[in-house]
Amino acid sequence: MSNRYRKNLLVCNGSSCQQASDADLVAFINFKLKEYNLEDGIKVVQSVCSNKCSIGPNIIVYPDNVEYSKVTKSDIDDIIIEHLLNERIVERLVFDKENGNGVAPIKQYRIALRNCGFIDPEEIKDYIEKDGYDALAKCLSKYTPEEVTQEVIKSGLRGRGGGGFPTGLKWEITSKSVSDQKYVVCNADEGDPGAFMDRSVLEGDPHSVLEAMAICGYCIGANKGIIYVRAEYPLAVKRLKIAINQAKEYGLLGKNIFGTGFEFTITIKYGAGAFICGEETALIHSMEGFLGEPTLKPPFPSVSGYLKKPTNVNNVETFANIPAIINKGADWYASIGTEKSKGTKVFALAGKINNVGLIEVPMGITLREIIYDIGGGIVNGKKFKAVQTGGPSGGCLTEKHLDLPIDFDSLTAAGSMMGSGGMIVMDEDDCMVSMARFYLEFIVEESCGKCAPCRIGNKRLHEMLTKLCDGKGTMEDLDLLRNLSVVVKDTSLCGLGQTSPNPILSTMANFYDEYYAHVAEHRCPSGQCKSFMLYYISEENCIGCLVCARKCPVGAISGEKKKLHIINQELCTKCGVCMEKCKFHAVHLN
Amino acid sequence: MWSLYGKMQVSCSSLKLILYYNFMDTISIKIDNKNFQVEKGTTILDAAKSVGINIPTLCYMHLHDLNTTHNPTGCRICVVEVVGRKNLALACATECLPGMEIKNQTIRVLNSRKTILELILSDHPTDCLICAKNGDCDLQSMAQQMGIREIHYKGEQSHYIKDTSPAIKRDMDKCIGCRRCLTMCNDVQTVGALSAINRGFMSVVAPAFQMNLEDSVCTYCGQCVAVCPTAALTEVDHTNLVIRALADPTKTVVVQTAPAVRVALGEEFGYEPGTIVTGKMTAALKDMGFDYVFDTDFAADLTIMEEATELLDRLTRYINGDTTVKLPLLTSCCPACVNFFEHQFPEMKDIPSTARSPQQMFGAIAKTYFADKLGIKRENMVVVSIMPCLAKKYECSRDEFKTNGNPDVDYVLSTRELSRLIKQASIDFDSLIPLEFDHPMGESSGAGVIFGTTGGVIEAAVRTAYETFTKQKLDKVDFKQLRGMDWIRESTIDFNGTPIKIGIAHGLGNARKLLQEIREGKSQYHAIEIMACPGGCIGGGGQPLHHGDSNILLARQKALYAADKAKVIRKSHENPSIQKLYTEFLERPMSEKAHQLLHTHYFDRSTHVEITKD
Repeated sequence: MSNRYRKNLLVCNGSSCQQASDADLVAFINFKLKEYNLEDGIKVVQSVCSNKCSIGPNIIVYPDNVEYSKVTKSDIDDIIIEHLLNERIVERLVFDKENGNGVAPIKQYRIALRNCGFIDPEEIKDYIEKDGYDALAKCLSKYTPEEVTQEVIKSGLRGRGGGGFPTGLKWEITSKSVSDQKYVVCNADEGDPGAFMDRSVLEGDPHSVLEAMAICGYCIGANKGIIYVRAEYPLAVKRLKIAINQAKEYGLLGKNIFGTGFEFTITIKYGAGAFICGEETALIHSMEGFLGEPTLKPPFPSVSGYLKKPTNVNNVETFANIPAIINKGADWYASIGTEKSKGTKVFALAGKINNVGLIEVPMGITLREIIYDIGGGIVNGKKFKAVQTGGPSGGCLTEKHLDLPIDFDSLTAAGSMMGSGGMIVMDEDDCMVSMARFYLEFIVEESCGKCAPCRIGNKRLHEMLTKLCDGKGTMEDLDLLRNLSVVVKDTSLCGLGQTSPNPILSTMANFYDEYYAHVAEHRCPSGQCKSFMLYYISEENCIGCLVCARKCPVGAISGEKKKLHIINQELCTKCGVCMEKCKFHAVHLN
Repeated sequence: MWSLYGKMQVSCSSLKLILYYNFMDTISIKIDNKNFQVEKGTTILDAAKSVGINIPTLCYMHLHDLNTTHNPTGCRICVVEVVGRKNLALACATECLPGMEIKNQTIRVLNSRKTILELILSDHPTDCLICAKNGDCDLQSMAQQMGIREIHYKGEQSHYIKDTSPAIKRDMDKCIGCRRCLTMCNDVQTVGALSAINRGFMSVVAPAFQMNLEDSVCTYCGQCVAVCPTAALTEVDHTNLVIRALADPTKTVVVQTAPAVRVALGEEFGYEPGTIVTGKMTAALKDMGFDYVFDTDFAADLTIMEEATELLDRLTRYINGDTTVKLPLLTSCCPACVNFFEHQFPEMKDIPSTARSPQQMFGAIAKTYFADKLGIKRENMVVVSIMPCLAKKYECSRDEFKTNGNPDVDYVLSTRELSRLIKQASIDFDSLIPLEFDHPMGESSGAGVIFGTTGGVIEAAVRTAYETFTKQKLDKVDFKQLRGMDWIRESTIDFNGTPIKIGIAHGLGNARKLLQEIREGKSQYHAIEIMACPGGCIGGGGQPLHHGDSNILLARQKALYAADKAKVIRKSHENPSIQKLYTEFLERPMSEKAHQLLHTHYFDRSTHVEITKD
């Protein structure tokens, strides 16, 4: 962290911490610092997720390395007066590493996130102090492009955007395409619900991506790089712009880098936030100003991409690994992980788990380790049911998969996928039919509509799941659901449609009893689907006090004083107010 | 029918075909366990077609002579199994590789196709019985072929506002997302009126900002309508209006038929493409109760009189050193072409001839000269046109072509609409005895006939301009150098020592190229002819659907030249009815009366969209 300031305050900018705050903490702290005339010596930095979302908002004070948790507006004065002015730690806010419900960074291994939270992302000197741009210098001065590419191939790094294609191989293919102009594209169109790995890298360590893009440009013979980032990431965009300008000032981007004659420039293109634009052909069309729709591969972008020129598209996290690989060597990187999936992977851990947030773990770690050791187990000690990996394109993994070493291939074999790294944990209260419906709703929203199976098929799948959740499903629907899922997967144009039925297929494979119960037994085993709930008033307990009838927001309860009240099931919205308000325990739920 | 081979077999002599096969690089593939030799580099779809296996598809279209392949890979009906691949492969976009093993008939393939078709049908209105495309709909035939009896996947249907312009009707509820119209509008015609908008279930083809077609840059060329597999894009139907006019005893109904109609109408009744059915068509129109059946070719001759005079006027002034003269002169018969340059090349709106199109000249003369002869008021005369064109529907509605609100031409029927009307009237087309056109506006020269093909208008103009300019008789009237199907053609005609340079383009994409070259000063022409539709009017947006088979266009073109050859009079100025019209009514070409009735002016209709950055 920048030592040009007496102290640095890292305020977490993760969505959980932001939501938990009672104010815009960064602005508020800056305002307060001015009041105390401290703004010159103290720097406030918007930082990235440190996997302590459950005890957020979190603030870390450097160089003291003190972590404050659950900070509210009213705590800021204390922190300033006690800690910043009088060097006394505010004990009541300190995160307890030993006993706290937060997380010690056990079993985590930070490569892509190595600098996130440890440097000031708006200060290139911080990055350089952490061996930044060493890798680029090494590549340009010591190695030929082929040697660097071979190094990346040897490292075993695979694309972190979801597909898992060997990165080095992609570079090699693009380098072999003959053209007067080639492009390096960084795919920063992160769209999985709840995932923010790429945002964190861009916000916390933008230079690592720029450096890696330049290295890639050197390898494939491109002098232009483009970052396709969604405009919904304003802080990431701002920091990228700052980083690009600083790198240019330092001669690390532009013409004649390190005096080697190598030229590389980077520009930014904004995406409008369409999920489909994370698909590389759709992304390229969007960059060209066309409709963000995928086209059939081949031709692959490596041969004909942006403006019909050979284009190497890699995701942010993939790029973030590159400088570390070059600096520490392919052998070092290949020593981490499993046989076919090397290195680490960043996951966005979410759902019914104690420690939610961003984690980076070596490939091959088991789900059990992630959920129980890092994640601190299920909230309220409930029973683990399933974990959805890979976002809406992935599938769910169950208890039987808990000891599965996680890597690209094992997840695919288990009917799910690595995806970009979303990981949502579900407990016994979650209905799997409802979960599948949630993901399909997302897909229906995000399908581009170009091919028929995805455009209409996913819509119909969503409608059928809604029918099941509403208790109107038939056994025939289950057959149709399965058939349609298989056809959509088999015939869709791009990765979106080819994977969108995964949540259905995997829940049907692992939790068919739940589907069956929704149809044949007319119940939702986890009790989540409201349409199966039936509130009724028992004759024994009801004294006819009219309280429930008066409180019912939709007027579904009828009855006269001192006579039994009745709930009109047609009108009932299952809000549960009657049950809550009845003092005589006369309202029951089946 | 779109296969390269289908065309090869018809259009090449057998000798050529053998040569072709000998030099062809072939590979062997397996389809459903049978071995086949197919051309290297072809898609599975084309390869299968070449060996007689039809893989169904809804979106693919191979317009070989337009150099356009449209495979947006959107309908996914043509999926096949390729051994060794995880997912099904698309026949229309997957290239055959040596030794490839393809399975076209497995349960997996058939189930997928049927399921996808059911999905498409689940989002499509099922009002087939009263649909404009009933019996001529690709989706309907596909459902029939696949034996769909039930739609298992029912659900919400997408609905859009119906959009009716003067020529084209859009009912996007019936759009299946094949995007053929997009290819025609953007790639072939380069008009850019249509694009895909919205996302997911609500994605649809529409003009930008969902504006109405009428407010867009649409030229109404109708090429989108010609390729639409369903009734999402159809012509605005005037048949009922025509029937009403025919039934009205106070109205005298006059009909004119364009040259390209007579060589295509037969196709709707099972005749070979290129069959000339002029006499039968006239008889059918008489049977239906039209009072006078006239020929647009008469008006085409009249157009030549005015246009050739205008060309000579400009040429003479140019030769005499007048630098203000605008050259080249652009023929102005094609209404879609007029719309095109009004929208896209407004700065060039002074190059087209001011002569109205034959349709409008006909209307103007019918409602003045002919109405006077009959002694009736123009309000009591209804002029109907039978046109191969949809833009003509728009043209007749333009304000310049109205007198006190009464249009010169009241209704325009496309060739397809005429065939429907004949069928509706229970006329047995086969047994009709051919009849002649009525007089005086039914008499025409061969020059008027060839208006229906690309290069025809300019050839007709040259025949008259040559004689007027050189004051010598033209013995050889066939200008073969102006004929053909090449996109952009140029030729120099010797006007007895004065070389006249002529340019021809058909298809608006090629027109754009030609106009750009002229604008940039790269090409110098004295006269150019532009037809908006590929092939000229014979490939018009209102013609029987040719499904991208250029052999049909070639047959129609051949028929027009044959009809020209069969005429005794082959130059417009020799048409006695035309000569009489000038003597009795118009005095001379470019006279004041002629200006008033036969000429027009053009507008700048370009739209400027400003995009502000940041």
